[in-house]
Amino acid sequence: MSDRTVDRVAQATPVRVARKIRGLSDRAIAWIFISPTIFLLLAINIFPLIWTIKLSFTNYKANRIAREVKDVGFRNYERILTDSDTWLNMQATAHFLFWTIFFQVLIGFTLAWLINKKFKGNDLWTTIIVLPMMLSPAVVGNFWKFLYQPQIGLFNYIVSWFSGKDPSSFEMLGSVTLAPWAIVIVDTWMWTPFVMLICLAGLRSIPDYIYEAAEIDRASKLRQFFTITIPMVLPFLMLAVLFRGIENFKMFDLVVQLTGGGPGSVTELTSINLKREAFEKWRTGYASAYAIILFVTVFGLASIYVKALNKVKQR
Amino acid sequence: MSSFSVTEPSNRSKWIAGFLVIAYALITMIPLVWILLTGFKSPADAISYPPKMVFDPTLEGYVNLFTTRTRQTQEFLEANPPQNWADEIVRQYDMVIVGPSKFGERFMNSVIIGFGSTFLSIFLGTLAAYAFSRFKVPLKDDLLFFILSTRMMPPVAVAIPIFLMFRNLGLSDTHLGMILLYTGVNISLAVWLLKGFIDEIPREYEEAALIDGYTRFQAFYKVVLPQAATGIASTAIFCLIFAWNEYAFAVLLTSANAQTAPPFIPTIIGIGGLDWPAVAAGATIFLIPVMIFTILMRKHLLRGITFGAVRK
Repeated sequence: MSDRTVDRVAQATPVRVARKIRGLSDRAIAWIFISPTIFLLLAINIFPLIWTIKLSFTNYKANRIAREVKDVGFRNYERILTDSDTWLNMQATAHFLFWTIFFQVLIGFTLAWLINKKFKGNDLWTTIIVLPMMLSPAVVGNFWKFLYQPQIGLFNYIVSWFSGKDPSSFEMLGSVTLAPWAIVIVDTWMWTPFVMLICLAGLRSIPDYIYEAAEIDRASKLRQFFTITIPMVLPFLMLAVLFRGIENFKMFDLVVQLTGGGPGSVTELTSINLKREAFEKWRTGYASAYAIILFVTVFGLASIYVKALNKVKQR
Repeated sequence: MSSFSVTEPSNRSKWIAGFLVIAYALITMIPLVWILLTGFKSPADAISYPPKMVFDPTLEGYVNLFTTRTRQTQEFLEANPPQNWADEIVRQYDMVIVGPSKFGERFMNSVIIGFGSTFLSIFLGTLAAYAFSRFKVPLKDDLLFFILSTRMMPPVAVAIPIFLMFRNLGLSDTHLGMILLYTGVNISLAVWLLKGFIDEIPREYEEAALIDGYTRFQAFYKVVLPQAATGIASTAIFCLIFAWNEYAFAVLLTSANAQTAPPFIPTIIGIGGLDWPAVAAGATIFLIPVMIFTILMRKHLLRGITFGAVRK
């Protein structure tokens, strides 16, 4: 033990006072810093979730407070899972998910690959391409409704200019066959830049020396593309797909503004159906059960996502 | 870069790539340019066939966006000459301006709720991110995953109990309620992004400060915070853009008092569905701030949209 004055003073100081002098312990600070966040998340996310689970076993209607609330067991869940409309909504959602991701990956990757050729001014054009993604989907979706107008809309006009069809002969939002594609087009327009940016990061992470080595080994450009570029970008692409998958599974604002779920219910995605049950028909108990089913599905996607995310991070 | 590099694309492929990317960029801008143009058209020009590229610009859309108007008799119009240029514009439809519209109010709601929730998310998020970055926290990974997983819930699913909870607490359709709600949604983004930024600040700075006799708190706000300023600013912009654009909660949980602009703008359309210039004017005013922020943020964009998973 050393005999410096400082040490002797330190030993003589009672623990409580010493702590006051040095400030709080690290552990205490950690909890003071983290607990407000956790508390807020419990209040805004977890408490409502537990409440939803509770409500999902009742026939509660939020617009009739006076009505007696009865416990109905699993009947809400049974009715949802055996209802053929539920499966139609799921199919509409699956169609939307599959095709938006397909087009976004295809166009997004191609754009990233082209931008990575580092032509002059690529930064500027990348920034311009990215703009739609950052805008409010509700406001933009509402305006696309105008572009899709049969007679006066710009979209119909441009299509008719190229195809020779009469611009009032097809209704993108009013036709049962076209409406599911109308929402795919707008979502692809909006979110392709997202996939593009992530792919671009992937492409830029590939070190030059790998290509140089392949060149020395006389691998063809095509071969390099399939054995170097694609495998190296794949983790990034997967990340992009999972992000888009989760986001589009939750899709609400854009499609509500464009079609409101119609015509009929061909674009009625699960979130839109849920909104109808909960806030138009006010079947709170039934809608709660529906919400839980959706949550379990998304949570499944989320855990896959986190695993993929860790994989990308390890690289 | 050496001109002999085998990885440098040839000039020809650069040209082709540049041409295709620019073509895509121009096509993708059409809807946005159309919003801007429609805002300066008269209602008749906006719905003409074929769509007009060249037209006489007018501020009618903007006047209609900010005012409420009523139709008046000829005698009344003759007795009351127009006061200013806005009056002149509405006179051509035999109308007079009777007061402001709700747009200004809705826009201010967006500003208040956006900035309020951003401030709160950043305040709480910075503290939590610092703790996660620097201290041993039990179950750290689980807590971080929990924080992220709250973002996976479809907003409509959470809206049901939030609606009931706010009704019981008297928070329905209030600014405070929406600020708390958006903070609850944004905080996951704030914690994840800020943790990434703080992780990048070398610990040695703080350790030096602690040895110099600073307490942890002092080291935190005198050493770490200034270093993290850029990260905090970009995180704040991402939180702000989210709150600014949010629609689902806003349309389900707000109405007369705290409604923000996104649920309001589509309702401008009015009777007969003719007032697209006013809708476009509202959209233009609402979208331009986000575009400016996006251009300012372009270096951190990727990080922001992937919760810090991809850093470039």
